[in-house]
Amino acid sequence: MTTQESRKRWTSFGIGLIWLLIILWPLLGIKPEGLEFASTFSVWIRLAVAGLCIMIVFELNRAGIFDSVKKTGSSVKGVTQRAYAATPNWLLICVGLAFAIAFPAMTGRYGHDVACNVLIYVCLGLGLNIVVGLAGLLDLGYIAFYGVGAYTYALLSIHYGISFWLCLPVAGLLAAIAGCIIGYPTLRMRGDYLAIVTLGFGEIVRLILNNWMELTNGPNGLMGVKRPGLYWLDFANGWSIEHLWVKKVWMFYYVILFIAICTIIAVYRLNYSRIGRAWEAIREDETAAELMGVNTFLLKLLAYASGAVFAGFAGSFFAARMRFVSPESFTFLESAMVLAMVVLGGMGSIPGVMLGALALIALPEAFREFDTYRMLVFGGVMTLMMLVRPKGLWPAKRVGRRSEEAE
Amino acid sequence: MDYFLQQLINGVTLGGVYALIALGYTMVYGIIQLINFAHGEFFAAGGYMGVIIISYLAANGVSPVVCIVLGMSLTMVYCAILAMAVEKVAYKPLRNSSRLSVLLSALGMSIFLQNGLMLTQGVYDKPYPTAMTAGGFELGNVMISYMQIYIILITSGLLVALNLLVFKTRIGKAMRATAQDKVMSALVGINSNKIISLTFAIGAGLAAAAGIMVGFYYGSVNYTMGFVPGIKAFAAAVLGGIGNITGAMIGGLIIGMVEIFAAGYLSSEYKDVFAFIILIAVLYFRPTGIMGENVDDTRV
Repeated sequence: MTTQESRKRWTSFGIGLIWLLIILWPLLGIKPEGLEFASTFSVWIRLAVAGLCIMIVFELNRAGIFDSVKKTGSSVKGVTQRAYAATPNWLLICVGLAFAIAFPAMTGRYGHDVACNVLIYVCLGLGLNIVVGLAGLLDLGYIAFYGVGAYTYALLSIHYGISFWLCLPVAGLLAAIAGCIIGYPTLRMRGDYLAIVTLGFGEIVRLILNNWMELTNGPNGLMGVKRPGLYWLDFANGWSIEHLWVKKVWMFYYVILFIAICTIIAVYRLNYSRIGRAWEAIREDETAAELMGVNTFLLKLLAYASGAVFAGFAGSFFAARMRFVSPESFTFLESAMVLAMVVLGGMGSIPGVMLGALALIALPEAFREFDTYRMLVFGGVMTLMMLVRPKGLWPAKRVGRRSEEAE
Repeated sequence: MDYFLQQLINGVTLGGVYALIALGYTMVYGIIQLINFAHGEFFAAGGYMGVIIISYLAANGVSPVVCIVLGMSLTMVYCAILAMAVEKVAYKPLRNSSRLSVLLSALGMSIFLQNGLMLTQGVYDKPYPTAMTAGGFELGNVMISYMQIYIILITSGLLVALNLLVFKTRIGKAMRATAQDKVMSALVGINSNKIISLTFAIGAGLAAAAGIMVGFYYGSVNYTMGFVPGIKAFAAAVLGGIGNITGAMIGGLIIGMVEIFAAGYLSSEYKDVFAFIILIAVLYFRPTGIMGENVDDTRV
């Protein structure tokens, strides 16, 4: 019985390899000068060897070779899980916070840069997590709010010289309004249609940014955005308050760390409030939630608006750090990235989303040499994760399925 | 008036192309209720494979007509094989999981294929040998290029062939039965997995044909070319009533016309916006589309 099963697996593996060759060869091998085989075969053989290794490991695993390793692995996992459960939460948070604060001292400029990026995406991911993870509204145009925030600060800073900290709430507010505008017509839709309509909205925002020359300077973008300023207590000449511009990357890091911590606290509080419960109720079963007296209309709109606020914050920070905004930064691919973080980390789970942002931004930096393959791997991993672990790396404790999917 | 007629011809040409892509969306959605995000990538892959095969044949001195016919059919076969592989890897194992998982898997596949094209073929535009189809004639003051005639002819030929396949053959009957009820059709002996594979293959073949024609029409192809036409074609499928084949054809024509007329009379910068606005308006006011029947509310 087992041999038959494994024979079946090996046959499909072989067929898969042949299929891969058929797909690969025309793309690599047909040139106007003639037919070429060498380059295709070198690529194909590498992929075949990699696949073969995975198959052998898989077969050995089936045969039970790794049982002892797995046993120790699971016992280690059990021990860490017990230790994790036993440690009080505040201690973990303190350790995390201390690490985050000490981080700039441990790394160089490059590390600060990457950390800033990670934190921007943590904010974005947590904002999207409200919409997708908590309220269950699939949003593929989320990056539009990020764009609204970035352009708000850029325009206010360039034309009126308003400071970053004043612009931050304004950007949040405008993004929330944009969220309501996008949210309102889509409230009647669910699932796939909602996804595609939000995608359409995201594209519309990008096209407007790209073509409204008088306001946004079109594809050339806006230059000369001011940095955020800080008031600093200076003890050198007695007590005085000094104003200084945030210039170094590590100072930017603290600014975004502050925003990210605010976001985390806000999302946590929202998650465990009455509103958060109502969102979860809508995610699990909209009709039932409505019957139980949840105002689905208002709450869905609120989910869009509050998710957008955090994107607006992240956007205005992005504009302040880059000192330049252009529509290039707000494409559909970015939306897909943020969504992938939320899904990869585990929808509805705050530590999961943070982990997802870290994995998707920091890991590719570690494999810098393979930069051209980055998006290829990203797409492949997205599909693979859905196949093997659809709940994410760090699943939320309370998730269910939508009633209409349980057919 | 001449300007209007000119735009009408251009609109029909573009609309035919959108209709071809929209059919793939509508057929796949009709059978497994999935928005196949990777469909736009089949279109782009078709465009690339077309230019590769046609330039190879042309460099070896094959006559232009044979080049185009052979190139087009080989490309369609290639994209059908690609689509079947994608279906097998990314969609089949997820047949019974949540809608969101499948959608994200499709999104991942789309990014994967797009970057696969980029890595194998480079980031630059690949030019089509447009000399083959250049030229045209004037009818009054309206200029019609031969390429437009070809596009209209090939598109209508493919649409007729697809209609014959779906409504006159046993395979078509099996497809329609699977779309209506997978369990029941399996009980009467239809292999639904094969039918789903076949649906993907046919849809991708049509998208590939559209890719070649767009390549000839605009003179070049790029690895990112799949995304925007993909969304517009999806808008066409929704407009016509998703799951409905005739609807997709009509929807494609309407979207193509609207785009061309909006570009001609309103604003050429914002022409892409109009397709999205139609999409949103249709979903808001008539989610079932023009030709769609009233489906169960939860599907929407």
